[in-house]
Amino acid sequence: MTPDEWTAVRLSLLIATTATLCSLPFGIAIAWLLARRRFWGKSLLDTLVHLPLILPPVVTGYLLLLSFGRRGPIGGFLAEEFGIVFSFRWTGAALACAVMGFPLLVRAIRLSIEAVDQRLEAAAGTLGAHPLWVFATITLPLCLPGIIAGAILAFAKSMGEFGATITFVSNIPGETQTLPSLIYTLTQVPGGDAAAMRLTLVSIAISMLALLGSELLAKRIGARRQTA
Amino acid sequence: MSLDVDVDHRRGAFRLQARFTAAPGLTALFGRSGSGKTSLVNIVGGLIRPDRGRVAIDGQALVDTERGVIVPAHRRRIGYVFQDSRLFPHLSVRRNLLYGRWFARGGGGATADLGAVIELLGIGHLLERHPDSLSGGEKQRVAIGRALLARPRLVLMDEPLASLDEARRAEILPYIERLRDEAGVPILYVSHSVAEVARLATTVVIMSEGTVTAVGPVQDILPIADATDGGAMLEARIVRHDETFHLSVLESAAGELQVPRLDAPVGAPVRAYIRSRDVMISLQRPEDISALNVLAGRIASITPTATAQADIRLDCNGAVLMARLTAKSVDRLALVPGRPVYAVVKSVSFERS
Repeated sequence: MTPDEWTAVRLSLLIATTATLCSLPFGIAIAWLLARRRFWGKSLLDTLVHLPLILPPVVTGYLLLLSFGRRGPIGGFLAEEFGIVFSFRWTGAALACAVMGFPLLVRAIRLSIEAVDQRLEAAAGTLGAHPLWVFATITLPLCLPGIIAGAILAFAKSMGEFGATITFVSNIPGETQTLPSLIYTLTQVPGGDAAAMRLTLVSIAISMLALLGSELLAKRIGARRQTA
Repeated sequence: MSLDVDVDHRRGAFRLQARFTAAPGLTALFGRSGSGKTSLVNIVGGLIRPDRGRVAIDGQALVDTERGVIVPAHRRRIGYVFQDSRLFPHLSVRRNLLYGRWFARGGGGATADLGAVIELLGIGHLLERHPDSLSGGEKQRVAIGRALLARPRLVLMDEPLASLDEARRAEILPYIERLRDEAGVPILYVSHSVAEVARLATTVVIMSEGTVTAVGPVQDILPIADATDGGAMLEARIVRHDETFHLSVLESAAGELQVPRLDAPVGAPVRAYIRSRDVMISLQRPEDISALNVLAGRIASITPTATAQADIRLDCNGAVLMARLTAKSVDRLALVPGRPVYAVVKSVSFERS
């Protein structure tokens, strides 16, 4: 593989990992809110979270550009106050991937939180545990398989994200050119077929490894529960 | 320790309006299902917030709606043993037991020594096991230990034996007795079983349709509780075991009783519950009779019941025994208060099926 191709693979892995890890705490918090709380505007929040799943990715990317671009209301504020810039940077690609993967992440975690027996949480409370501690020691460990499944889904989605990323941060080699963007570019130039095929195989390998990894992790958790 | 409860709580058409004070020892909340026992315990434990009222331990308010006091469950230091043990499935028995200890700061409450609790409940061999692999009885013992190790000021038990079969119940009852007598933690125990209450309770609170109908020492209250059958409780002690006939000999104020072999050591105190239907009355001491237990006494009172029957209250050397006879028998034997008689006890129960 050429250095450019390696760069794209490394960049894709970096973006997908960053997107998954950074969105995880928010995903768990929102999943918990949706699973356990009743509040005004709950269905609105639910809809907002799921929006990227339904909207054309290009539309999501364009909305990100409008709001997180240098002149956008949020992007401008973040750039001025904290020096955080998203547009045309790999961080922007990570943001786009995080937004696109978020519905999958939240959905998986929410289902697993809903499956946790609340009577166990009440029991932990009677033993003196503060609600936050109950969440950390009872709820979270019990829904760990769901969290892992959600994270793997979000990671896989990030690895394959194309539409929102290319709209928001373009296709700059070495900065925002991810695996899918490079494959797309290669299919547009004569003689790029072989390289596109190589990258496709790499893409398949990464996805399968991620899936395998999650299976192993889930099995280990299951095994620990059996023997612990 | 004293627990004062005076609450008013409405849920749909059901209204819970209860007021009682629990003394040290084991206080049984007794009543049919749906009488509000569990709701009341949940209010004490902090799982339900009552509409109005006050719950206090030793004068310290846990709930006082008038003053706006609601202490959250995790700061009440009240242990709770649920009907469905609710052990944490992802933690080993040892870590389940120690869960509450992380938070049990400060003095007071029961001793929180792991070794002592393990010994008290006989769960040493289970420590490294996983809750899934425990039997129902083992689970409940671990749940009791877990509640104790959180150093509670009070332990709530909501029908902890209800989901167990007869053998498992018999396995756990001695541990709850030891807990009552040795651990020094007051217990509020929900039950609808006369046998359990007879065996365990110090004080009984009878509930019916959301209200407390009677409160008092178990000897006085249990006969009221067992309204359909009636009966009396005798405090007794095991004198010896008769291995030949597989019997245990008990000594009580009323006299000696022979019962099927009990699984308890000589000298152990036991409570014998004698249902009034299981007592016959004879004017002379019956000689050739199959019943092993004949107690001498004197008729204290005769109360006619609605269905041509009468409840005879007997005074056997200071102990009370109840007998239910037909009105015809009372008439035929010319029974009157003060008359010396012999009570033939057909069976003594420690459990009621």
